[in-house]
Amino acid sequence: MAEPRVIIVGAGPAGVRAAETLVAAGLRPTVVDEGRRDGGQIYRRQPEGFARSSAELYGTEAARAEALHATFDDLRPKIDYRPGHLAWNVADGHLHVVHDGSAEALPFDAMIVAAGATDRLMPVKGWQHAGVYSLGAAQIALKSQGCAIGRRVVFLGTGPLMQLVAAQYRKAGAQVVALLDTSRLWHQIRALPKLVSRPDVLAKGVGLAASHLLAGTMVRRGVTPVEIFGDADGGVSGVGVRLVSGRDLRLACDAVALGYHLRPETQLADLAGCDFTFDAATRQFWPVIDEDGRSSVPGIYLAGDGVRIQGADGAEIAGQLAALAVLADRGRSAPTEQISRLRQQRRAMERFRAGISEAFPWPHHLAAGLAEETVVCRCEGITAGELRAVVHDKGADEMNRAKALSRVGMGRCQGRYCGHAAAEVVAAATQLSPAVVGRLRGQAPVKPLAIRTRRAAP
Amino acid sequence: MSPLQPRFVRLAETDRPTVTIAVDGASVEALEGDSLLVAVLTRAGHLRHSEFGPEARAGFCLMAACQDCWMWTHDGDRLRACDTPVRAGLSVLTQPPDMPWPNRV
Amino acid sequence: MSEPFRTDVIVVGGGIMGAAAAFFLRRRGKSVALIERALIGQQASGTNFGNVRRQGRFLPQLPLANRSRDIWGRLNELIGEDAEFLASGHLRVTYDDEMTARIETYARDALPYGLDLQIIGGNRLRERFPFLGPEVRAGSYAPHDGHANPRLAAPAFGRAARREGASVFERTEIVAVERDAGMFRVEAADGRVFRAEQLMIAAGAWGNRLSEQFGEPVPLVTHGPQMAVTEPIPYALEPVLGVSTTKLEETVYFRQVKRGNIVIGGAARGPASADTQRASVKPENTLLQFTQITRVVPALARLNIIRVWSGVESYLPDDIPIMGPSAKVPDLYYAFGFCGHGFQLGPGVGDVMAELISTGQTTTPIEPFSIARFASAPA
Ligand SMILES: Cc1cc2nc3c(=O)[nH]c(=O)nc-3n(C[C@H](O)[C@H](O)[C@H](O)COP(=O)(O)OP(=O)(O)OC[C@H]3O[C@@H](n4cnc5c(N)ncnc54)[C@H](O)[C@@H]3O)c2cc1C
Ligand SMILES: Cc1cc2nc3c(=O)[nH]c(=O)nc-3n(C[C@H](O)[C@H](O)[C@H](O)COP(=O)(O)OP(=O)(O)OC[C@H]3O[C@@H](n4cnc5c(N)ncnc54)[C@H](O)[C@@H]3O)c2cc1C
Ligand code: FES
Repeated sequence: MAEPRVIIVGAGPAGVRAAETLVAAGLRPTVVDEGRRDGGQIYRRQPEGFARSSAELYGTEAARAEALHATFDDLRPKIDYRPGHLAWNVADGHLHVVHDGSAEALPFDAMIVAAGATDRLMPVKGWQHAGVYSLGAAQIALKSQGCAIGRRVVFLGTGPLMQLVAAQYRKAGAQVVALLDTSRLWHQIRALPKLVSRPDVLAKGVGLAASHLLAGTMVRRGVTPVEIFGDADGGVSGVGVRLVSGRDLRLACDAVALGYHLRPETQLADLAGCDFTFDAATRQFWPVIDEDGRSSVPGIYLAGDGVRIQGADGAEIAGQLAALAVLADRGRSAPTEQISRLRQQRRAMERFRAGISEAFPWPHHLAAGLAEETVVCRCEGITAGELRAVVHDKGADEMNRAKALSRVGMGRCQGRYCGHAAAEVVAAATQLSPAVVGRLRGQAPVKPLAIRTRRAAP
Repeated sequence: MSPLQPRFVRLAETDRPTVTIAVDGASVEALEGDSLLVAVLTRAGHLRHSEFGPEARAGFCLMAACQDCWMWTHDGDRLRACDTPVRAGLSVLTQPPDMPWPNRV
Repeated sequence: MSEPFRTDVIVVGGGIMGAAAAFFLRRRGKSVALIERALIGQQASGTNFGNVRRQGRFLPQLPLANRSRDIWGRLNELIGEDAEFLASGHLRVTYDDEMTARIETYARDALPYGLDLQIIGGNRLRERFPFLGPEVRAGSYAPHDGHANPRLAAPAFGRAARREGASVFERTEIVAVERDAGMFRVEAADGRVFRAEQLMIAAGAWGNRLSEQFGEPVPLVTHGPQMAVTEPIPYALEPVLGVSTTKLEETVYFRQVKRGNIVIGGAARGPASADTQRASVKPENTLLQFTQITRVVPALARLNIIRVWSGVESYLPDDIPIMGPSAKVPDLYYAFGFCGHGFQLGPGVGDVMAELISTGQTTTPIEPFSIARFASAPA
């Protein structure tokens, strides 16, 4: 049998472990990553010439980061690695990539998409001001550039990443004004039975939360975000939230790190025609997969945070499982013991994932209360009021219709950052479930494509 | 905060060779390995202006996903600041160039 | 079973043709049921390029196009919104003498129809449109043509029709149409029944499925024109631009909206399926468009596209639509199979069809579009 052509999108933990598994089986996969360096999100490598140690960069995860980087360095000669290649489209058994203005169509028999995640966002009045960043951005500024996003930083939102990044900021010497968390302590307590499925990670999380208290950092739970203050020229000047007590809290700052946990990057799965299903617990659509990562489309496999937010360890497992599924589906012998062990580990990861989404719930109820003038779509400047108007005056009760009539999600980011919240605004305005309101259909290109792009010379 | 005040604060890795770039014609010292976004925001408050609102913008995701950080070059080219590494002589604008874009060749 | 829904006229299909017809039928006092499988304007009418262009059309279609152009200019007063119609001008450019000769001939021939085209060449062309590339030889400029927003136009007609008293049924797919005892009986997939004295089929690329139930099949095929849109940039390209050429891959067109995005189309066709109701853009076609549009305006190379899409467009072998009364069944009317120019025609088609249905005749000639021309076509 001819060697199957396998493409892996993403050189993060999921992609690297998938590549390793395929190489071990004697294949030479193509690994495509938009980034200039491997590592993906969590184990992002800093640019050449930077000097911080792994311990400084990755903290408790330094050993895992080093192991992943070492694995990848070993794999380099055994794979076709394409750094700096954006996968912008997929059609008819070809992945379309662009690198430095030159486009190529890579044929594949199987493709593992391990595209990772981006921050999940709920708008708040004023979040369009300069100085408001996603939580992930706050971490990248530090990890990959050695910078803080401002002098006095407020963390607003919820999720494990918020606890982590705030601690990393404090440690690096930045001034953390406060952690304003929309989740409540009882959310976390209620989720404990699921969270104990990974006791080590749970312990780290508890440690992080405690570190903020020990350091005397202001932490407020159960907040309702009201407004990010600021002006058009100067950007952010403060944050206002309503506390559980009903009292308003206003803090001065020059930067806000905003985020509500993560959402999978599903565009490629969508363009490949994969079926999606609504997950009621996290209130989002995500691709249907089996326990190994097979999508509904033969030959398309999905792994890592790009399909379920299970974190880095879960991504490593999912990457291996997806690769083993590719091998099995291509008639290679399947190591049944290894597979069943990985599946079992994956189930623990899945249980933990569900626990995290209960512990730090997506605050969908905020959508109904967004002031009319709140910008929902930052790209196009579309407000909650404009979005509600197409619902009430023009009968838009479905997401793509609301997009067509209001332009929400029509901007450069393709709805990555407003899509989930816009669906909640429409759901609240129509009194329908977001499962009925639906999701923005994916459209190529996955990211902006330069008109200068030309087909690579064959 | 005044638009001229730097937004980002360097906390580490300050020991790198410098590179000079130009932002709106003014010369700016950056460090080798900086992204264009960091180079600009360690010296100024924003990268560009929103097309549809009054406000200045300074990027949002830093991971090439939100597309909020596109700047202009003098020739009318576009650069995504968060994943463009600086190089000596790079010259960028926070506003579209004066001459209407289609007339520059 | 519940009573059938009863009106004077049933319009099946809520694209721009059906929605505009329902509106104008109400204006003429007819009671109307407008029935749409999905949402008003979701198919070709909502996904098209948005060209409101008359020049370059089949000449006998110009009276209809002129009538439609007149309505585009009065949308605000008629339906209370303008669907972003902009009489920006439309420029068709050529790359060689042969095509230049053709646009000159066309300009002469179109004049008696009231279409005033200016042929501009050489330096004058570059002075006026300094952004054109070196390969461009000449242009035919139509000062009164322009563009509008397809996402808004058909839904706006649908809402206006409803305000005027039409009964609009969305998410209602018609599966059976028949005429018995002098009345039409139209049945939806969910079993609901509609009855009326007159029936208009405006079902776009699916019109054939209904016309064949009346023994009038037509050889209709579908394609998906390939669309793309750029990021927003300062408004600077006034006219809609297009290339006049005989080579398919050179046939690109683009327009800038006031907000700044440039909408791009052409160069190739992609797959479109009437069964799945979906059309897609082939990645290689997007790249082909890049090569071709930068021949017209080289500075476009500096921009990025942020989205591509397509839509299900219907074509008949002669590239002209089916429009007018049935050749077999009294009180049955058709308006479907409009290919690449149906958006511009939509408001005019609605007006003409309303006139035809309520008076039995129309002042605008539409004979060339009769379904009778396919009467002998094999079923
Ligand atoms: C900003 C951010 C910060 C995070 N920080 C932490 C943290 O500190 N601790 C933690 O436990 N978890 C963190 N996470 C969660 C983290 O993403 C996962 O734990 C882990 O990185 C998931 O691994 P992955 O392989 O699934 O995806 P990733 O590591 O995200 O890797 C995905 C890779 O795919 C590439 N890619 C995506 N789309 C394309 C495309 N179209 N074309 C080409 N390449 C593409 C990306 O460039 C990336 O390298 C973070 C997530 C984000 C978004
Ligand atoms: C991508 C693209 C670009 C184009 N560009 C231009 C342009 O720039 N300028 C221009 O003038 N024209 C353009 N066109 C052509 C133009 O869009 C069409 O000719 C025009 O919109 C046709 O309108 P319609 O109402 O006949 O069809 P449609 O808009 O397709 O409407 C038909 C409707 O009938 C409904 N329907 C079908 N069957 C049934 C049933 N059994 N029961 C109930 N409802 C049913 C469908 O759901 C649909 O909504 C373009 C077309 C496409 C696809
Ligand atoms: S800051 Fe989001 S793309 Fe650059």
